[in-house]
Amino acid sequence: MTTVTNGVNVQALLDAREVLKGAPEAAQFTWRASATWQNGVHSQIKVDSFFGLGEEKAHKQESVFEADHPEIFAATDKGITPIEYLIVGLASCLTAGVASVAENRGIQLRSVTSTVEGAHDIRGILGADSDVRNGYNDIKVTFNIDADASQEDIEALVAQSQKRSAVYDALANPTNVTVEVAPK
Amino acid sequence: MLERGEVANSWRRERWDSLRLLTPNWQSRLPGLSYDGPDPDGYMTAGEVSDLIERFAAVSRAPVRTGAAVTSVRQSGDGYLVTTGDGELAARAVVIASGACNRPAVPAFAGEVPASVEQLTPFDYRDPGKLPDGGVLVVGASATGVQLAAELQRSGRPVTLSVGEHVRLPRLYRGRDVLWWMETAGVWDQRYDELDDLARARRLPSPQLVGTPERTTLDLNALTAMGVELVGRWAMTRDGRALFSGGLRNMFSLADLKLRRLLDTFDEWALTSGRDAEFSPPERLEPTRAPESSRLQLDLGSGEIRSIVWTTGFRPDYSYLGVPVVDAKGQLRHEGGVVGSPGLYALGLPVLRRRKSTFICGIEDDAREVTDHLAGYLAGR
Repeated sequence: MTTVTNGVNVQALLDAREVLKGAPEAAQFTWRASATWQNGVHSQIKVDSFFGLGEEKAHKQESVFEADHPEIFAATDKGITPIEYLIVGLASCLTAGVASVAENRGIQLRSVTSTVEGAHDIRGILGADSDVRNGYNDIKVTFNIDADASQEDIEALVAQSQKRSAVYDALANPTNVTVEVAPK
Repeated sequence: MLERGEVANSWRRERWDSLRLLTPNWQSRLPGLSYDGPDPDGYMTAGEVSDLIERFAAVSRAPVRTGAAVTSVRQSGDGYLVTTGDGELAARAVVIASGACNRPAVPAFAGEVPASVEQLTPFDYRDPGKLPDGGVLVVGASATGVQLAAELQRSGRPVTLSVGEHVRLPRLYRGRDVLWWMETAGVWDQRYDELDDLARARRLPSPQLVGTPERTTLDLNALTAMGVELVGRWAMTRDGRALFSGGLRNMFSLADLKLRRLLDTFDEWALTSGRDAEFSPPERLEPTRAPESSRLQLDLGSGEIRSIVWTTGFRPDYSYLGVPVVDAKGQLRHEGGVVGSPGLYALGLPVLRRRKSTFICGIEDDAREVTDHLAGYLAGR
């Protein structure tokens, strides 16, 4: 196999898989984000730490996200809409998966771009029609991939990426969600 | 040779009425017993399989002790003490041949299904008449699931089929049975110690195949054409509703891509073996047709679904095994049928030594190697 350099350390991932097979408790991660209301429907979300491999971990730097709604929603548009953050997560997760699977399969990537479109009927969130759901009705991702591989092998990359994607799973499958109010 | 019931017990008692073997008759051969009937391309009914095994017991003069269910196997000295319903046996070596399909595997959320919905496993199912009239939810689209979905839909019960990862196969490819290709092109001979991902190969679901005199393909497109509704994998139950995955399209893509790769393997073999001209030209199947949008939930209390058939696979039962050789997931730890405890062996498990290990014609090569090891062990003690 020729050496490919997509920049993914696949060996480290394969090693981690072996280690965690025998240590399921170390595989339990908690991701967290903290949001602060600003004004109107604008909020600011910070992410700096998570829990994993049995201990608290810090990101190299804190990330700050602005979430708002567009002006056609009579809002200030100081950041993207919360539901857009979902497709940001989906696109980045699937792209990371494509790169990792390509590295593991010895496929050199030259470019990977994708477009994610989420079809959303906003009558749901407005309460205009109780039969319409609040969330996306359909999400469509289109990849354009230039790589040293056949069309069929590229399709297999994208299929495998979906199969091992955290965000794809979180969107395509139900998840229990608990929202609480902390005591005063 | 200890048999819990009578010879071919599971084929007599744990199979539904219409079941036929997936392998054609010519391929359903055992050492010293080849098919000599009038229909080599047909598929045996469960009753005919029972007859075959009974005949093999006689031809091979196997020392079968029937009605001797094993209740425990324990280490004792440098051998094993085997307790059966018919007394105890001391053995220097033991071969576990109780198989991988002793109990239907049913997900935990089956317990959350309303009592108004009848639930069955393949061990309970015999024929559609056993189910109430009305809608049926069949869960799992491997060989059992697609066969029961087709039969139930034909009986007039509207079937919804919940589809997870699956293995798609045409019944015939280029004029030959697809299992002829698996055997002849060498796929079935791939050895366990040469596979990239043995754990995955051993977990592979059974292919979407049915043995019918018409030799028809029973893939998801065939079921859709019959009117079966496809939904995604049943992920969880919430408030009396079954929630299905929205990832159905990728299940189709994965199966279609794997099928194309397999057919490529067959075509390459046909060319390199110089036999290409014997077959009709290469074909590619139409991709699995995805429903416009698949339903994501189903209200189990609405009366739309009157029964659920769990075709979600099977698990082995090693509860009789008092030797610490079973892993946390209930699977036997072994290396090509050689179990970690000296003198203990296994046969007839998925990809034990080859991809064909669980097919009738696949046991011979495995058995020879495992018994060679066993004979060496006994001789070397």
